[in-house]
Amino acid sequence: MSGQGMNLTLRVWRQAGSEDKGEFRFYQLNNVSEHMSFLEMLDVLNERLIKLGEEPVAFDHDCREGICGMCSLMINGQAHGPDNETTTCQLHMRRFRDGDTITIEPWRAKAFPIIRDLVVDRTSFDRVISAGGYVSVNAGNAPDANCLPVPKQDQEKAMDAAACIGCGACVAACKNASAMLFTSAKVSQMAVLPQGKPERARRVLNMVAQMDEEGFGSCTNTSECEAACPAGISVDNIARLNREYLKAVVFSDEGV
Amino acid sequence: MFKVADSPLDGRVPDGAIADKWDNRKNELKLVSPNNKRKYEVIVVGTGLAGASAAASLAEMGYNVKAFCFQDSPRRAHSIAAQGGINAAKNYPNDGDSIWRLFYDTVKGGDYRARESNVYRLASVSGNIIDQCVAQGVPFAREYGGTLANRTFGGAQVSRTFYARGQTGQQLLLGAYSSLMRQVGAGKVTLMPRREMMDLIVDEGVTRGIVCRNLKTGEMEAHTGHAVVLATGGYGNVFYLSTNAKGCNVTAAWRCHRRGAYFANPCYTQIHPTCIPVSGDYQSKLTLMSESLRNDGRVWVPKSADDNRAPNEIPEDDRDYYLERRYPAFGNMVPRDVASRAAKERCDAGFGVGDTKQAVYLDFKHAIERDGEDVIRSKYGNLFHMYQKITAENPYQVPMRIYPAVHYTMGGLWVDYNLESSVPGLFVLGEANFSDHGANRLGASALMQGLADGYFVLPYTVGDHIGKHGSSLKPLGNDHPVVQEALESATSRVNSILAVNGTKSPDSIHRQLGQIMWDKCGMARTAAGLKQAAEEIRGLRDVFWNEVKVLGSGDSFNQNLEHAGRLADFLEFAELFATDAWHREESCGGHFREEHQTEDNEARRDDDNFCYAAAWEFQGVGEQPVLHKEPMEFNEVALSTRSYK
Ligand SMILES: Cc1cc2nc3c(=O)[nH]c(=O)nc-3n(C[C@H](O)[C@H](O)[C@H](O)COP(=O)(O)OP(=O)(O)OC[C@H]3O[C@@H](n4cnc5c(N)ncnc54)[C@H](O)[C@@H]3O)c2cc1C
Ligand code: FES
Repeated sequence: MSGQGMNLTLRVWRQAGSEDKGEFRFYQLNNVSEHMSFLEMLDVLNERLIKLGEEPVAFDHDCREGICGMCSLMINGQAHGPDNETTTCQLHMRRFRDGDTITIEPWRAKAFPIIRDLVVDRTSFDRVISAGGYVSVNAGNAPDANCLPVPKQDQEKAMDAAACIGCGACVAACKNASAMLFTSAKVSQMAVLPQGKPERARRVLNMVAQMDEEGFGSCTNTSECEAACPAGISVDNIARLNREYLKAVVFSDEGV
Repeated sequence: MFKVADSPLDGRVPDGAIADKWDNRKNELKLVSPNNKRKYEVIVVGTGLAGASAAASLAEMGYNVKAFCFQDSPRRAHSIAAQGGINAAKNYPNDGDSIWRLFYDTVKGGDYRARESNVYRLASVSGNIIDQCVAQGVPFAREYGGTLANRTFGGAQVSRTFYARGQTGQQLLLGAYSSLMRQVGAGKVTLMPRREMMDLIVDEGVTRGIVCRNLKTGEMEAHTGHAVVLATGGYGNVFYLSTNAKGCNVTAAWRCHRRGAYFANPCYTQIHPTCIPVSGDYQSKLTLMSESLRNDGRVWVPKSADDNRAPNEIPEDDRDYYLERRYPAFGNMVPRDVASRAAKERCDAGFGVGDTKQAVYLDFKHAIERDGEDVIRSKYGNLFHMYQKITAENPYQVPMRIYPAVHYTMGGLWVDYNLESSVPGLFVLGEANFSDHGANRLGASALMQGLADGYFVLPYTVGDHIGKHGSSLKPLGNDHPVVQEALESATSRVNSILAVNGTKSPDSIHRQLGQIMWDKCGMARTAAGLKQAAEEIRGLRDVFWNEVKVLGSGDSFNQNLEHAGRLADFLEFAELFATDAWHREESCGGHFREEHQTEDNEARRDDDNFCYAAAWEFQGVGEQPVLHKEPMEFNEVALSTRSYK
């Protein structure tokens, strides 16, 4: 497409508040440039709605660079839309065709209640981290950084897992709304690094317990989470979590 | 346009030799005993590197902390987006680095407009930051032997930058966030996400708390405590288009300014040389391509202005590697202000490339030939991926097109050596304060500053305030007159915005403000242009208050209302920005006044008349502010003309 932009039909979930019943509404948006990002396309829609006196569509976003994990959206049933390893804010309209109808919905999961329109509450993720996703070290206590050599391949593995942006796409993509990929990424990062070893048993036990308490579903290994993940987090991390969990149950004094 | 205060402003720098000042100060500071700490409450606004590290450290020490941010989780603060790295004077590569050299580079990089003593302290705690982060499990890049790896950043001739792929900010923030969440789990920190700070509560000249709007419910809440720590980031979005996240704002800082906190050097803005150029009028933000790319990328434009060949068809002889030509000693690694101006100079002279001619090339051809594509991918893969997503061009095959964009703000609330503002009990950290980077920040030093402030400076200095005042400051109830007044003023401001009911969206007015700022307060400024900018900003403020249209109500989740509120503050702040830029009749760092340049277009400082931090005191919207001057004294690093040749 060049010159003339695309004409699109948007089918957008609107819901005034957490207690309200939501519904899809249709909007026609014409002359959309292929160079726009998906969120810029929604900006254009919102500017138009304001002109027409309809409240703009609420959606979370901040960095618009694919790193803060604030943006979300199910786009035509896919978390963050059709591109691999791409957040909604990094998705561009050149991915769509003139005449397309695009369905836009919020993440749907019991542990992510809807706040308004496309915005959900993901504070359950924070609570999972606060259950154990850290190394217990106070500021001021650390020895010289090079006292603790870390093999390059371990550091790379830790970094692969640590790249998780906490957006929740894994939960949204999973038919059980499981948070295993999210939780396992943090467990893995700490499990492969020497810094994380002393607390590894209690970490995995506590984080998994919190995950269950938040109402996330269980993992049935469908790998939909990996396919949806914009940060390329691998399901290998889930296997590592399971090993960590088993070891903790069988060998540690932490108990379950 | 302004009045000048009679006496100079005192930064309360401790006595002694530069290397002893921080120890001397620590010895003077009052301590709060471990048992007493739990009786005190500290409010931390902002959960970026500065705020999260401060909140975690304060809680570890025993204080009760409430931590606020406007995002849904503290982990999403804008620090997460930092790409390139963090400096520290570890001298691991054994290439001659030292605390003194990092200090010197930072003072010089800041074009001699930073407070020497603060910069020295920053350099001296830099090593502890790396230790702390590694202990938390931050996966910094490593060599095969398992030791930490370094890269080079602009304005330095040593390798002192630590990094985690192109996601250093993410990893550092997740480290600080994990410490914060540990304290949340321990019950020492109460998280307050989706809250926007709307006002500062001050009683008898001392900070007592904040008013914030619960963004989920619209409710106005008052939170009081024994000290307030502000770590709310920078105000680059006054330009509308910048590399900052969309929510970055001046609101929290500006509200404190209106309650008496001086605002220092608002005109010092960093325009980053390597960003993806603007592509259309729907553009909502600009994307940075990290400075680290200049380690391997070479910047060039065609030698002939009307060369329309594709970049790969332009032979070496017809290319002008203008940074290497003009600055042989630093080449592509000159500081950002210098690189940005040089790009603008080439584009203004007609040598720009691409459709808009507002771009230059950043070329990796030689690095790929030398090291292979895999090595380049392992260093910068995520940046190349991002570039390709946005532009649909493959930077492994064709050079990137880049152009300068607003990136960082060196100005901020004025603080003394203890990071305490002019309102006692209000401390300001990170990008929100003004103290360490002078008129230009060197790459990889904002992350360093945020964490230095939060882990290693504030936890000591806040105790001094609490030690002195804590026992006499009883918590204020919601019925206290100053709390009532602050709550009412925040509520009535929201109501007045909703009541305008005009025809213009906040976004459209914000874009207009951005255009004024970019054209007249951007990379090249003149007295006449700045005066005109101030007038246009006043006009636009009237447009806002007469014509803005915000739908919905104040007592629900309303993003348009949030944006309008932030814009209203930008519209007040922008005038101070223009006034500050107009008053500073010199060029220094990121502040370039066309009237003040050398024959070869370098910035010309005026140390006789402007070697001070300009700290502005609020007198009312549209009223003439009062200028307080804090003299900048250079006892260690002799004032000289910066040269990167
Ligand atoms: C794209 C990009 C790349 C960068 N790369 C580097 C780099 O490689 N190296 C480097 O050293 N620096 C880099 N920087 C600069 C650096 O990232 C920032 O200066 C630094 O992270 C700022 O940290 P902070 O803690 O001061 O504020 P921020 O991280 O901006 O955090 C601000 C916090 O305040 C909260 N807040 C703001 N306003 C309000 C309000 N009104 N009410 C309530 N809460 C509020 C926010 O929710 C957030 O939690 C980069 C910047 C950008 C834009
Ligand atoms: S807005 Fe930050 S990841 Fe999309």
